[in-house]
Amino acid sequence: MSRDLPRLRYHSQLRQSAHERREETHPLTWRMRDDGQPVFLEEYSKKDGYAAVKHVLNELSGKDVIEQMKTANVRGRGGAGFSAGVKWSLTMQGGDLPRGYLVCNADEMEPGTFKDRLIMEQMPHLLIEGMILGAYANNSRFGYIFLRGEYVESARALQRAIEEARAAGWLGDNIAGSGFDFDIALHTGAGRYICGEETALINSLEGKRANPRAKPPFPGQSGAWGKPTVVNNVETLCNTPAVMRHGAEWFQGISGDLSDDGGTKLYGVSGRVKRTGLWELPIGTPGEEIMDLAGGVVEGQSLKAWLPGGGSTGFLLPEHLKLGLDFDTIGKEGSRLGTGLLTVVTDQQSMVSLMRNLEAFFARESCGWCTPCRDGLPWTVKILQALERGEGEEGDIELLEKLADDQGPGKTFCAHAPGAAMPLSSAIKYFRDEFEAGVSHPRREAHADPIPVGEV
Amino acid sequence: MKTEETPSNAVTIATDGHGFVLHGDDLEAIRHERDHYEQAQAACIEALKIVQRRHGWVPDGAIPAIADALGVTPASVEGVATFYSLVFRQPVGRHVILVCDSSSCFLTDYEALREALSQRLGIDFGQTTDDGRFTLLPVCCLGACDRGPALMIDDDTYGPVHPDDVDVLLEAYS
Repeated sequence: MSRDLPRLRYHSQLRQSAHERREETHPLTWRMRDDGQPVFLEEYSKKDGYAAVKHVLNELSGKDVIEQMKTANVRGRGGAGFSAGVKWSLTMQGGDLPRGYLVCNADEMEPGTFKDRLIMEQMPHLLIEGMILGAYANNSRFGYIFLRGEYVESARALQRAIEEARAAGWLGDNIAGSGFDFDIALHTGAGRYICGEETALINSLEGKRANPRAKPPFPGQSGAWGKPTVVNNVETLCNTPAVMRHGAEWFQGISGDLSDDGGTKLYGVSGRVKRTGLWELPIGTPGEEIMDLAGGVVEGQSLKAWLPGGGSTGFLLPEHLKLGLDFDTIGKEGSRLGTGLLTVVTDQQSMVSLMRNLEAFFARESCGWCTPCRDGLPWTVKILQALERGEGEEGDIELLEKLADDQGPGKTFCAHAPGAAMPLSSAIKYFRDEFEAGVSHPRREAHADPIPVGEV
Repeated sequence: MKTEETPSNAVTIATDGHGFVLHGDDLEAIRHERDHYEQAQAACIEALKIVQRRHGWVPDGAIPAIADALGVTPASVEGVATFYSLVFRQPVGRHVILVCDSSSCFLTDYEALREALSQRLGIDFGQTTDDGRFTLLPVCCLGACDRGPALMIDDDTYGPVHPDDVDVLLEAYS
């Protein structure tokens, strides 16, 4: 039976009702409405909105903000987990230097990741408030929200919120009578996953092809148009108002004994579970608690593996669900927390097929800047396609491992290819038998076929 | 290549015998966009999108016209136009269907949805229906992973979309 159109329309949803969310424990989502409608200026202001800006701009220095962020241990929620306070402390600042830019990375395209859109669609002023504080700490004169083109609802909400904030004096010259000037423009992208890489994002912002740039210099020294530029993820910036309003100690306290990282994390689950969705929980919450909230996998199937935070993270097994989901704990298991949104694979799903799908994604999205990525990824896909058809050759698995190694950290220009290599290496490590089952031919002397770039 | 200002302030560019006229409103929108950035090149992607909103795609003649409006080289505009997946360089249907083919949707039966769409429309990815109504394209994760498989038609995102839902979904777009 066909369902009606409105029911099919996608609406981002938090799986926690208003009575479950409190200001002290849910800094990102406590103001959200149960009906999922955006919280605009009037309502945001009634719920303590822009109080952090008022407090900080008139009473604290940029250095104070950075120190608080360091103490709170806010680690980058875009996936890398680098300390936001440390990143901000590395921005070139000084009387003789030009004021630079603050760029919000809202190019959410990591497969399995659907968290930032929730904030942007329903709490756009929280992001603006976070950006004002980030700009103040970094002495940025202007900010861009680099939003992926497909997030139409986010664009509408953000554009209205920017205009409201400007009209109310929260953006523009002399914000809250502090003498600090800062404004924001919404920049929407035109597709390509690589735009989420911070230096590729800067090239794209400048209207160029989104090829990554060499580091150093880091964007904090020389970024957009050669000016000091700070790039932060949506969720990272949205944590800033609460840190500044209630203090670093309070923020650290939210995660308590669960993690050295401070605050909460927007965790989510996708795949074949009973209750997919998003939850705001203390960072370091064990994976099994999140799986419980998702109701476990669907009836008649069992959990085979899971990705902790998007397609560029390494697979983990059911027993790893007991681990606390924070950057260091997951890192020690050879994976990465990434964006903290679990992708669930059941016993009825093929790792080889899933890897073929994932590597085809990475191959298609490679910007083509360097060889291991541009040539290695289509080659990887070709081998996986053969294994999937049961037509693999002896040595194919070793070749996949070699390719993954050649795409690893330090061997490519940016993190795109290492991001493709991590799930592949871990899939072979844990499920080698599935890959071996695809081998049916003895090895030929040489691959005669050209690499079918167009096929992926 | 010839550039001339018309009374409506539009830029007409003749390339290979095919004239392309940048609409006056679009030129104004591009110039407005340019003010958001330190350098005009930055407005290039938005300029391509402005042209695409009017024409449905970006014809070859639009490249030198945009370059002229921004004061940059046509090669730099062309380089950008061929890089980004949402800039269409050949005509598309009245409605573009972007089907998410990334991991979460793949794990929730994206392939059955793709098959149903292909069969119903009689086209594969990259193609447009004979009546010019729909173009079918794959897209990176749409960020709707909690309700996969997901797709987007024009500005609307849907999910989860079961193969049985395809008819009712397509009916809404004439």
